[in-house]
This record gives sequence, C-alpha cells and structure tokens, in this order.
Amino acid sequence: MNAELTRIGAIVWKDLTAERRTKANFNAVVFLAGLILLLFGFAIGTEQASMQPIAGGVIWLTVLFSGTLSFNRSYEQELENGALEMLLLYPGDRRSLFVGKLLANLLFVLLVEVVMLPTAALLYNLPIWTFLAPLSVVLLLGTIGFVTLGTFYAAMASRLRAREVMLPLLLFPMLVPLLVGAVQATGGILNGDIMGSTWWWVRFLFVFDVIFFVAALFAFEYVIED
Amino acid sequence: MNNEVISRVVPPPPRWLRPLGWIALLGFVAAQAIGFLISAPDRDMGNLQKIMYVHVPSAWVAMLGFFVVFVLSIAFLVTRREDHDRRAAATAEVSVLFTALTLVLGSIWGRPTWGIWWTWDPRLTSTAIMLLIYVGYLALRAFTEDEDRRARWSAAVGILGFLNVPIVYFSVKWWRTLHQVQTIDAAGAIDSAYALALLLNSIAFLLVFVWLVALRAHVARLERLRESWIEDEALVRTGSEAHV
Repeated sequence: MNAELTRIGAIVWKDLTAERRTKANFNAVVFLAGLILLLFGFAIGTEQASMQPIAGGVIWLTVLFSGTLSFNRSYEQELENGALEMLLLYPGDRRSLFVGKLLANLLFVLLVEVVMLPTAALLYNLPIWTFLAPLSVVLLLGTIGFVTLGTFYAAMASRLRAREVMLPLLLFPMLVPLLVGAVQATGGILNGDIMGSTWWWVRFLFVFDVIFFVAALFAFEYVIED
Repeated sequence: MNNEVISRVVPPPPRWLRPLGWIALLGFVAAQAIGFLISAPDRDMGNLQKIMYVHVPSAWVAMLGFFVVFVLSIAFLVTRREDHDRRAAATAEVSVLFTALTLVLGSIWGRPTWGIWWTWDPRLTSTAIMLLIYVGYLALRAFTEDEDRRARWSAAVGILGFLNVPIVYFSVKWWRTLHQVQTIDAAGAIDSAYALALLLNSIAFLLVFVWLVALRAHVARLERLRESWIEDEALVRTGSEAHV
C-alpha cells in the first residue's frame, strides 16, 4: 500500500512539475474560462434578474468546457518518446497511474476554479464569499466526479486521431447526472435554498463520485494496457 | 482477384438466421394486424394510441439490448473471446437504432397528445442521453483501428455507460420533481385487448431485434475475415512470409 502511495505521489509530482514549468496549459485554460464567462453574459443578457438564477449553470458549464481541454493533454505528454510505455513498464499496480493522473488533473481543475469562481462572482455579482464553505463542498464533489470520468475517457480519446471531438462525445453524456446535481446544489446555495434540496444533491454527487471512481478504477487496467 | 482469394471459404450465416427472419416478419405483421384490427381504438386518444404498440416494445427491446451489451462487455474482459466483442458491437448498433426509433415514435405521439414534440420528462430525457452514450460507444469503435484495443476500450465504455443509465434516469426525475413541474404518468390500468397487442408486439420486436443482431454479427465476422485476407495479401505481395 505504501509503495502504491509513493507511486501515486510520484505521478502527481511529475505531472504538476511538467505543468508548472511550462504553464502553457494553465494560462490558456484560465483565460478560456474567463472568456466563456463573458460569452455567457452576452448570450443571456446582463440584467441582474436574468443572470443570478442561472449562475449555477453558467459556472458548471464553464468548468466542464474549460476543464475538458486539460484531460487529453495529461496523456498526450506521455505519448512522446514512448513515455507511456515506460510508465507501464514500472512495477506495481496500474491503478496507481490512474489515481495519480486523476489527482494531478483534480488539482489542476481546482486551481482553475480558484481563479474562475471570483471572476464569475465579479461579473455576475454573486454572493460567493457569504457561502464560501458550502460552495467549496459542492465544487469539490462535482469536480471529483468530473475529473474521474475525464481522466478515464481521456486515456482512450487522447490516443485517437479524432481526440478533440471524441473526448466530449464520450464524456458529456456521462456527465449529465453530475451536471444536474452540481447545478441544482450550486443554484440552491447562491439563490437561497427554497426547496431544501441542496443537501440532497450534495449526497447525490457524493454517491455519483463513489460509483464512478470505483468503476473507472477497475476498468482503467483494460484501457491502459497495450 | 487471383485464384487464391477465390478459393477461400466464406462462412455461411447461421442456419437458423433465414427462418428467424421470416418468423420475425410474420410475427411483426400479425402483431400489427391485431393492434389495428382487433384491439379497439382508445376512448380518449383514438387510433393515436396504437403508436404505443410499437413505441413501448421498441423502448423495451432497446433497453434489453443495452443490458446485453453490458453483459457481453464484462464477458469479453473476463474471457477475451473475440466473438463476445463482435456480438456486443452488433447489439449496440441495433439498440441505438431502436432507441432512435423510440424517440421518433414518442415525438410523433407527443405532438398531438401534449401539443409539443419534446418535453423534459425523465423517461424521454434519459432515453435521449442513453442514445448519446451509445452513439459515443459506436463512434469510439469507428475511430479505433487496432482490434484488440477497440474491443477492450469499447467494453469499458459499454460497462460504464450502462451503469450510468439508471443514474441519468433518477437524476432527471429528481431534478424535475423537486421542482414540482407536471409529471406525465398516464399509465393507469390497461385493458386486456391492449395488453395482448402489446405483448404480441413485444415478442415480434424481440424477434426482429435478435434477427438484426445476428445478421449484423455475421457481417462483422465477414468484415473481420476480409481484413485478415487483405493483410495476408499485402504480406504476400511485399514478399515477406505470409502468416496463416
């Protein structure tokens, strides 16, 4: 177990170091997230009354659209110089590779959200500071599920010629329950929870995360082998 | 085409395939006849209600098909037998066809009944998402060239996709009901004449489904064979050893 933890740590460290040294991906994704937030403003109009009720939906679609760009890259960097084959040759459980990639992607997307959320609050005049604690819980749970499936499907999509279109095509239909739950919970927190359903959706997100983490963990072995 | 190619044996389809096709066709015609001639038009909906005889079985059969894909995907990952993969692919393809048919028939029924083509009803919405999940499955197969890889990847996608089907359904259901929008549950008690027509149509649809899947699986087998012949051919032409 300890050895697996070390392996997971090594993968996370490797991926984050590569990202920290180039920063190319992070900067691009953060700016894209800001751009999407602006575009939503143009699309739905700038009256306060029309913006605030759908802020939860805007935030989560921005996370999904911008975050999806980072998953393929997580594997693409392994495809050069046979890096992936080398990784697979190392002894130990291949699931560690999945968990390591997942954690690196999770940290990446969470960092993007740290920049994106205040921007959204600024543009849409949202009371995020009042509800920071419950919002963080929902963001964390939603992002875990999103990144779990994203990391899993990108393991396949990144090795296809049509990778740009295949990842969203595989990933987004799977994310529908997560999107529904996360948007309902976020909207409930931001707009005052009239229906009392926020807590219900938080638990739903938790169950979703657990089911697909376990399923992806076991299926990953068959996906990554070559 | 040289002699070597012609001398190769093309495997015939399973012997039961042709009779099954005829039985399925006859069953389908008989079920329609009973649906249109014997069962009375609905008191409220009139003959419009008869679309249910094809809409509901089509949905059931598609759902059953996705379950079969799920089972065959697990079976493939456990046994690594190629024919499990081929059958899973054939079943997924035909199930996608029936899901699309379900949605189209549902829309045609919904327009005069509800006055709209589409409503965000849980069953309708989750059927559409299910269709997209398996269109993704088929697209992945189409884009993956290596056979072994294609089989493993699509098995994984087939398993996760099926796990998601009930989750999608309940998420949409809770999403709609927690907001207290009208729910369309016009089930109620079903008259025995309706039940008979529905049952016969379900059997007929199942037969058609099995026939289409078997036919598709056979074609997939031929395609696979052709590919291996082309590979052999290329090896012979380049002068290297043909592996037989």
